[in-house]
Amino acid sequence: MDQQEAYADDVVKGFITWSIVWGLVAVLLGVFISLQLAWPQLNLPPYLTYGRLRPIHTNAGIFGWGIGSFMAFFFYITQRLTRTRLWSPGLARVQLWLFNFVIALAAVTLALGITRSKEYAELEWPVALLVVVLWVIFSINIIMTIIKRREEQMYISLWYILACLVGVAVLYLVNNAGIPVSLTKSYSAYAGANDANVQWWYGHNAVAMVLTAPPLALFYYYLPKSTGVPIYSHRMGVIAFWSLIFMYLWTGAHHLLWTPVPDWVQTLAMAFSVMLIAPSWAAVFNGYFSMNGQWHQMRENYLVKFLIFGITFYGLQTIQGPSQAVRTFSAFIHYTDWVPGHVHMGTLGWVSLIIFAAIYYTVPRIYGREIYSVGLANLHFWLAVTGQLIFSITMWIAGIQQATMLHASNPDGSLHYSFMETLVEMYPYWHARAGGGIIYFVSLLVFIYNIIKTTTSGKPVAVAQIV
Amino acid sequence: MIERKPVTFLLLATGVIMIGTVVTMIAPFRWINDPKLRIAEVKPYTPLQLEGRDIYIREGCNNCHTQTVRPLLADVERYGDYSKPGEFVYDQPFLWGSRRTGPDLARIGGKYPDAWHYKHMADPQSMVPRSNMPKYAFLVRPLDAGLTEKKMKALKFPYIPADIEALKGKTEMDAMVAYLQKLGNDIHWRKAAQAAVAGELKNPFQDTATVLPEGKDIYDKNCAQCHGADFKGGVGPSLADIDKPEAETFKTVYSGVSAGGMPAFGDSLGKERVWKVVAYLKSRQRR
Repeated sequence: MDQQEAYADDVVKGFITWSIVWGLVAVLLGVFISLQLAWPQLNLPPYLTYGRLRPIHTNAGIFGWGIGSFMAFFFYITQRLTRTRLWSPGLARVQLWLFNFVIALAAVTLALGITRSKEYAELEWPVALLVVVLWVIFSINIIMTIIKRREEQMYISLWYILACLVGVAVLYLVNNAGIPVSLTKSYSAYAGANDANVQWWYGHNAVAMVLTAPPLALFYYYLPKSTGVPIYSHRMGVIAFWSLIFMYLWTGAHHLLWTPVPDWVQTLAMAFSVMLIAPSWAAVFNGYFSMNGQWHQMRENYLVKFLIFGITFYGLQTIQGPSQAVRTFSAFIHYTDWVPGHVHMGTLGWVSLIIFAAIYYTVPRIYGREIYSVGLANLHFWLAVTGQLIFSITMWIAGIQQATMLHASNPDGSLHYSFMETLVEMYPYWHARAGGGIIYFVSLLVFIYNIIKTTTSGKPVAVAQIV
Repeated sequence: MIERKPVTFLLLATGVIMIGTVVTMIAPFRWINDPKLRIAEVKPYTPLQLEGRDIYIREGCNNCHTQTVRPLLADVERYGDYSKPGEFVYDQPFLWGSRRTGPDLARIGGKYPDAWHYKHMADPQSMVPRSNMPKYAFLVRPLDAGLTEKKMKALKFPYIPADIEALKGKTEMDAMVAYLQKLGNDIHWRKAAQAAVAGELKNPFQDTATVLPEGKDIYDKNCAQCHGADFKGGVGPSLADIDKPEAETFKTVYSGVSAGGMPAFGDSLGKERVWKVVAYLKSRQRR
């Protein structure tokens, strides 16, 4: 390929850089708000209270770090899998500017208390409109690249990428429907139990389309690339893909068990949630079987360690999720700290470990330099896993303890503990959780140092590899 | 083959996604908020309550407080009657939340007197020691009612110009308290729940001095915030020289006095512990 035809990788660099910046913000804020829970005097009203900062933490994490890096790797992977230069690198550059503007605007408006209050859909309508523009230009660029591709067959990663593009569009448009009152205020178009049902259809499928399909696209691409052997079964991937995107959409109401949403919607959600174990674990085992005869790479190849631990956390996440979606268990642990423990195994364990692997694989290739230090990458790995496990395990124990206390009753049927008696028991766990978060934050600093050193002073390698 | 046709693939994937969407999200529009599920007593928000609700949204209270009581024993005893679909028909957006870092607020309306909320919002730890709620003292600033009328119109809530006029001079705190006092209070569940006290009311711990330390402990945790650690009162009246028969004190603590803002402690404490705190109060009176 001559210069004109080379892959457009500058924008990949841009998105990787900025997603890391927003990821750092997300984790830093996460640590801060975890400390606020333990020490309420750290709330600095009006702008820096837990109530206003928590949505900035989730938005920076999911959209800044998550979507930001998926944009980078969708551009990278799609070009390689189609053997085609990006349809419009110029549009991608506009997208990078708009992306950073939107995330920054989201942070500022949320701190000002401008919010729709719906989880992971907090952004008020002018900001949400910019998100729509962002998503449209992103989708056009990817889809057009695929349409003019030179490789006839679309590899499974492209399937997950396409599902993500269309899925996010449908979810976002429906759940953001609203009645504007001013530039900074709108009301949801739906009311009460109906609004709740729409919101959690959105909320849970944001998990499907943002925190499942894209990391799976990355996993299916980067695992074979890292190990040098192909994925175990294309057919298993195909079956898993279609059943995953079919079943996920039925499960939103498992967030609403025992609420005034109709029972049959809850029951369907419960049943489909349990069924989701099958496609989820198909992906997990596709990963494991791909390692047949290659397990020694867990010792020798740090990329494989990130990827296999990542998919293992996905496996654990997708057995824990369905069990939580069962009415009896939900009655016990819902609304407690168990749930943040669950969520962070998915985000810090599964999604982030896959993204780290993708960055470690991609950066040396697009900068034409070797990774600065494998030792530091290993240190990053162990710190991240340790921090995440401390976080999740303390939260599970905390959740079980609080649930037990909240449900405890006396022989005469009255409650054994007041709410405050259960809350004060949470403080030691909250201290431990903040500790886990701080360790994760330190792991990020090691990671960022390693990446910066790689791009500035890594040993140059001859760039030749195409695909 | 489908993996060679991206446009067909996109259409098919969209179709697959839409099946579950239609069944579990679009179809329920027909059944949720059905007119049959409406509750006549449940009224739209007044302008002041609506402004309070918007402040609740602005401050992100829903990140720590839920607003839906599940039909589970522990939920109902701790918070009150379980939530009905008809109670939320004016909630755009819904504010059910997903995490109870603080208690559920679906039935907070009428539980405490206004004065309790004013003090608690400004300095939560003064009312509930070791609470981790942030201080919202800054809400005493004037309420900006510039958009109120537009908001009421957007939501098609009834109002008269005098309601809007009445917002002059109100603070954000006033609006917040007005909102909290409406929550879950439209249906008369408190009265229905009150019928529970029956039978002979005689203190089983009448002459049992050994329960007094526990009685004091229950008082300190549940009563002192309003009646004072020194019994001299505060939000609630002084109990320094309470002079009532034990049965009457029991009824007051067990069932509450909704007109006076005294919460009912029967469900959460149970008869035995209520009698213990009554015995403790009585023992002080004898001194």
